[in-house]
Amino acid sequence: MIRIIVVLAAAFTTFTFWTCTQSESRNYVSIVGSSTVYPFAAVVAEQFGRTTRFRTPILESTGSGGGIKLFCSGVGLEHPDIANASRRIKKSEVDRCRENGVNEIIEVKIGYDGIVLASSRKNPPMSISRKDIFLALAKEIPDLSGAEKLIANPHKTWKDVNSSLPDTKIEVLGPPPTSGTRDAFVELAMEGGAKTFSWIKDLKKKDKSRYKAICHTIREDGAFIEAGENDNLIIQKLEANPDAVGIFGFSFLEQNTDKIQGSSVDGFEPNFGSIAKGDYPVSRPLFMYVKKSHVGVIPGIKNYIEEFTSDKAWGEDGYLADKGMIPMPKEEREKYYNDARYLVPIEIK
Amino acid sequence: MNNSEYKQKALDKSSSGRTIEMVNKSLSRRYKAERRFRRYGQVAIIISLGFLCLLFISIISKGYPAFYQTFIQIDVFLDPDVLPKDKLSTANYPGLIKKSLSSEFPEVELRREKKQLYGMVSIGAYYQIRKMVMKNRDMIGTTQTVWVPVDDDIDMLAKGHIDRNTPELERRVKDIQLAWFDRWDKAGKIKKRFNTTFFTSGDSREPEMSGIWGAMAGSLYVLVVTLLLSFPIGVAAAVYLEEFASKSRWVDLIEVNINNLAAVPSIVFGLLGLAIFINFFGLPRSAPLVGGLVLTLMTLPIIIIASRAALQSVPPSIRQAALGVGASKMQTVFHHVFPLALPGILTGTIIGISRALGETAPLLMIGMVAFIVDVPGSFTDPSTVLPVQIYLWADSPERAFVERTSAAILVLLALLIATNFLAVLLRNRFERRW
Repeated sequence: MIRIIVVLAAAFTTFTFWTCTQSESRNYVSIVGSSTVYPFAAVVAEQFGRTTRFRTPILESTGSGGGIKLFCSGVGLEHPDIANASRRIKKSEVDRCRENGVNEIIEVKIGYDGIVLASSRKNPPMSISRKDIFLALAKEIPDLSGAEKLIANPHKTWKDVNSSLPDTKIEVLGPPPTSGTRDAFVELAMEGGAKTFSWIKDLKKKDKSRYKAICHTIREDGAFIEAGENDNLIIQKLEANPDAVGIFGFSFLEQNTDKIQGSSVDGFEPNFGSIAKGDYPVSRPLFMYVKKSHVGVIPGIKNYIEEFTSDKAWGEDGYLADKGMIPMPKEEREKYYNDARYLVPIEIK
Repeated sequence: MNNSEYKQKALDKSSSGRTIEMVNKSLSRRYKAERRFRRYGQVAIIISLGFLCLLFISIISKGYPAFYQTFIQIDVFLDPDVLPKDKLSTANYPGLIKKSLSSEFPEVELRREKKQLYGMVSIGAYYQIRKMVMKNRDMIGTTQTVWVPVDDDIDMLAKGHIDRNTPELERRVKDIQLAWFDRWDKAGKIKKRFNTTFFTSGDSREPEMSGIWGAMAGSLYVLVVTLLLSFPIGVAAAVYLEEFASKSRWVDLIEVNINNLAAVPSIVFGLLGLAIFINFFGLPRSAPLVGGLVLTLMTLPIIIIASRAALQSVPPSIRQAALGVGASKMQTVFHHVFPLALPGILTGTIIGISRALGETAPLLMIGMVAFIVDVPGSFTDPSTVLPVQIYLWADSPERAFVERTSAAILVLLALLIATNFLAVLLRNRFERRW
């Protein structure tokens, strides 16, 4: 028995190493990146694989930062061709790319995603401002008397924050710090609220790290509950506890409108129209970055981008809108369609 | 002092009437304590069984509907104008189905309503018609009655997950769609069938088209690599360390290291795999081969430790007897000690493999947490594994993925139970007593 196993294992290892050295070319597109873009990119990849002669692209959900890091690690078959991101690529990342020989990157903005604050349908919808969000969730808030100093957040109920809000305990279920949704929420909602205090706004120029610490630090006394990356779980918890508020991507609200409702922020309800127009303040653009040097080497990259940027995919009635992505206005779509078509690389100063 | 002496002494003291009274008094207290302790044990078992039941009930009740899929019967006219013989693979199949639906409900004219009507049938229907036509070209020009899968929202409606009483705006299935559905249902054109797609296809973003087979094939490839590498290496290492190596500081050092490795968090093995197998050896990302190599690193210490324990439990008298009749060291080990230790070794191996089957963290680093539609066909094809598939589905917004997540957990549990059953069978088959 042992002899058989040893022989089998030896034969197997030689066989696999032989096949590995044989398969030097990769005949599918490799995509990495944001978990927010993942559900949208996956529909396009599937559609592309089923309707063209190319193989279905492989899509890894690594998070925006992790995806760009992989993307920038070099040129060659073992490195991914496309990175999805729920934020714009940073200058430091472009520099890193350049160090590794990835010189030309094509940027394609693909649409928008809204971050919603939603609660159970059992209670009437809330209408809050970004200032309320900041005052309810920041670890330290400006002194209530108006002096320019910080105190630990004393607010226990929404009514403490703003007398027009309901008298329920502040209980917010949100994503952990590793999530791109959390980054965007902190940047758009919390920072937006903090800026309404002029002295904090002035601090941005004087002491940037202190400014960031004030705006970006969420309280840790139990009012904000990190509910993990699983947004379906947050929805279940909201159903069980009507007083709680959850933070997640717009596509989850869209799929569960019978159970939960989005709170309007600064007077705008989270829906397709307000997010696409840019009225709803807590929304962010989604991007796709393509390695130009791989186009033409790996079969299908160009066709995949073409599928993604076609009106039946990212248009107003496209299948991506059905999945909850908010389409860009027509002019913007045209601009990025042309960038993608003629493979215009970005310049980041 | 023997027993009778004890009794004698007890009797002597009982004459004073105190000891026996004390014993009698404490007796009921001691019995009570024992009964109490037994009850604690029973309560502990009931609690753990209760949690297990709760887990099973919640998973099974959520998961079993996924084994059924709602189908709808439609008549499709395979129009020769739409299906030119030379361009069958790229013909407008959605158009055929849309036409068939429109002819069934000619009163639907508004663009928005038409979209809602077409949305009731899964896009999987197009591929089904395409496959059917490509297989049998003679059908072109005829009208075929086919059962096609419905969209996931309609499937949820048929399974009772959508409350008809909620206001229309808040419902994913609109009033007009409800009316169409009821009309179809009354005409007997709606049917629930066994969901074969779930067991035969790979992942998909459309819940009604997604299946577990791609992930299962990936898991099998990974496990084959893991088993073929970790069993021989692990057993050889254990036999050498236990039977041949002389006690030295080096052996101690290796032993400490193996025990440490068994306690290392699995994500570390993923990082190691990324650095060595992918970046240094240049093996492909997302491949079951690399996944198997990484999981081999993870299961090796488990197998070595279990095998050494099994070898240690073989009585030394067997070795001495074999050596005594003139067997060489190697003959002793392989003819006598190893067969006796084999059941224990196999149990350890299967526990290690079961752990590998449920592992996701190390695979994240080597690109196996990915959306992969095509079912892998070799050890180097990109693929994913069952627990990763569960994780990906659990994180999808569509409600129909909730039941699919539970169904995938059921499949994984069934596989785990099957491997553990195999372990018990093998142990009973090879077990020898002395």
